[in-house]
Amino acid sequence: MSIDSALFHSALLALTPILLAALGGTICERAGVFNIGLEGMMLIGCFSGVAGSWFTGSAWLGVVFAALASAAYSMILAVGTISLRGDAVVLGVALNLLAVGLTGFLLRTVFGVQGTFSDPELAGLSGIDIPFAGSVLSGHSALVYLAWAAVAVAAVFLARHPWGLRLRGVGETPDAAATLGVSPAKYQYAAVLTSGVLCGLAGAQLALGNVTLFSENMTAGRGWIAVVAVMLGRALPLGVLLAGLLFGIAEAVGFRLQGLGMPQQATDAAPYVVTLAALFLSTARRRRRKQPLVGAPS
Amino acid sequence: MAAETQIPGSGASLGARVLRAPALHSVIAAVLVGALFLVGTGADPVGAYGSVVSGALGPDGIGSTLTTGTSIIGLAVALAIPMRAGLLNLGGDGQLVLGGIAAAATGLYSPLPAPLTVAAALLAGMAAGAGYAALAAVCQNRFGVPLLVSSLLLGYPAMSFASYLARFPLKEDGSSLPQTRRLPDGVELPALGSSTVTVGLLLVAVAAAVFAFADARTATGYEIRMTGLNPRFAAYAGVDRPRLTLRLMALSGAVAGLVGAIGVLSFPYRFIDGSLTAAGHTWTGLTAALLAAAAPLGTVLAALFFAALEVGGLAMERTTEVPRELTQVLQAVVIVFLAARLNLTWRRARKKPGEQPTDETEVKEVSVR
Repeated sequence: MSIDSALFHSALLALTPILLAALGGTICERAGVFNIGLEGMMLIGCFSGVAGSWFTGSAWLGVVFAALASAAYSMILAVGTISLRGDAVVLGVALNLLAVGLTGFLLRTVFGVQGTFSDPELAGLSGIDIPFAGSVLSGHSALVYLAWAAVAVAAVFLARHPWGLRLRGVGETPDAAATLGVSPAKYQYAAVLTSGVLCGLAGAQLALGNVTLFSENMTAGRGWIAVVAVMLGRALPLGVLLAGLLFGIAEAVGFRLQGLGMPQQATDAAPYVVTLAALFLSTARRRRRKQPLVGAPS
Repeated sequence: MAAETQIPGSGASLGARVLRAPALHSVIAAVLVGALFLVGTGADPVGAYGSVVSGALGPDGIGSTLTTGTSIIGLAVALAIPMRAGLLNLGGDGQLVLGGIAAAATGLYSPLPAPLTVAAALLAGMAAGAGYAALAAVCQNRFGVPLLVSSLLLGYPAMSFASYLARFPLKEDGSSLPQTRRLPDGVELPALGSSTVTVGLLLVAVAAAVFAFADARTATGYEIRMTGLNPRFAAYAGVDRPRLTLRLMALSGAVAGLVGAIGVLSFPYRFIDGSLTAAGHTWTGLTAALLAAAAPLGTVLAALFFAALEVGGLAMERTTEVPRELTQVLQAVVIVFLAARLNLTWRRARKKPGEQPTDETEVKEVSVR
């Protein structure tokens, strides 16, 4: 197998949806809301992105639609965990299930098809050619570049911006934050909504950028990988980026090996195995240092 | 608060437990939300729900409901076992599929006479599921990877592995489908009467009965519930949590593997790639277990309810053209409504604002028993 620019190009494509969703998960995690509904929010983003693009004829309006729909969907988690104090894990699992049923139902009532909706008329996100950037970095959709920018923004926001500091305060000691006049609920709502928007963008990239179609359950575990990326990256934007890169490269290498005659079943499993292995190594090391694993239900 | 912290199954009569307010309210709320959906798509809710009920419980549907129910009850019980101790096994699909492929391989290559081969295949399925689920427990105990994540991530390679076996080493020669050869004559679970329901339903019922008995009457069952209610108190009382996790996961995987084996030993008597997981019964089972807070009887009833919904959904699709996915929406909506009311123990230790249950009160609640 040759390591060439096309490989990294596809790794970047595989990385983007996971990175966007994982950043959403990171912000929630920092605000003290454990969000395992990323998969479902992303799937809602996929469907509404395709629906928005189809009905308006503009891929960008599809992206906006995806972000709004996914944000609205994330409100279920926000109201359920923050206002009603429900169990975040159960709600997250329910959100993931609901998204599969809801998108399947809407696929049939709105588009009248089952399984997959694709049409040559469906507008996808076009690639942007960046001069002098080379074939790895150039030619992606704007959301790919946005994802990288979002890492930087999130990193600076969480580390430097007063709102970011308050958000972390809310996540670490909500009572102390409340004493200082910071409303924990307000910050947590904002965090969950932001994760909804990011997951919507992740879904839009998946359904309008990586491919141009919607198929049932097309997120296929990527939201879960994003949850793991949050843990692996210790809810730090840069750490999450590294974890996401690991997965993106594993997926791209697997896809390449498949082209070289390796059975698809072996390469399908590769990203999950790599993720699990990385999780072992990082938790084993953290255990020696007696640091708790971020996001681990006790 | 009182209803949620009450020890499930203590004192309350069966009827009261089934109708325990939060679960019932969630179901009613979900049915109403579903009705909104139906109205939104221009369908008649009464007619659609009527076709769900008649389709699932009518003379044509009841056999289907029990056949589907075999898988859903089995998986619900499998996932309820660790859930009783506050552990979520999200790798049911992987354990199910490994159980199925192990049973298929045993059925195809066992030199034993047919009846013994059936028993061997069932045992092989259980062993495969148990071993794999135990692996997830080891990941948590030894490496500190949360069970939630380790069980889920391990599920994917298992499915890929079974898919590989069905497509290459065990593939039926000359067939274009990714499936194993048909099991030899006689290597199958007998049907009950002239129905499509097999002895598998009885096996699942036995598993549920053993779970119910162990839960209510044995010291281990008490330990498990105690751990579920208050892990710290249970640890203080001497419960070896890693060991308990390992055993519960192995049991859970064994039941999931049994369901896989039953699936292979029933029609069409072979392992077809993807057929065991296509219907999403693992998630339905998980939903049922969540709805019943993993109480054994409640889990079985919730699983039957969801099986009826699923089969009825098909009938609804035939008669009213409302997509059957609606029933999947209903299932999830039930849990969304319920989750906001639940106060399960695997919630994060991190305290949320305005809510500080002290250990003292929790211990008191447990020791009342």
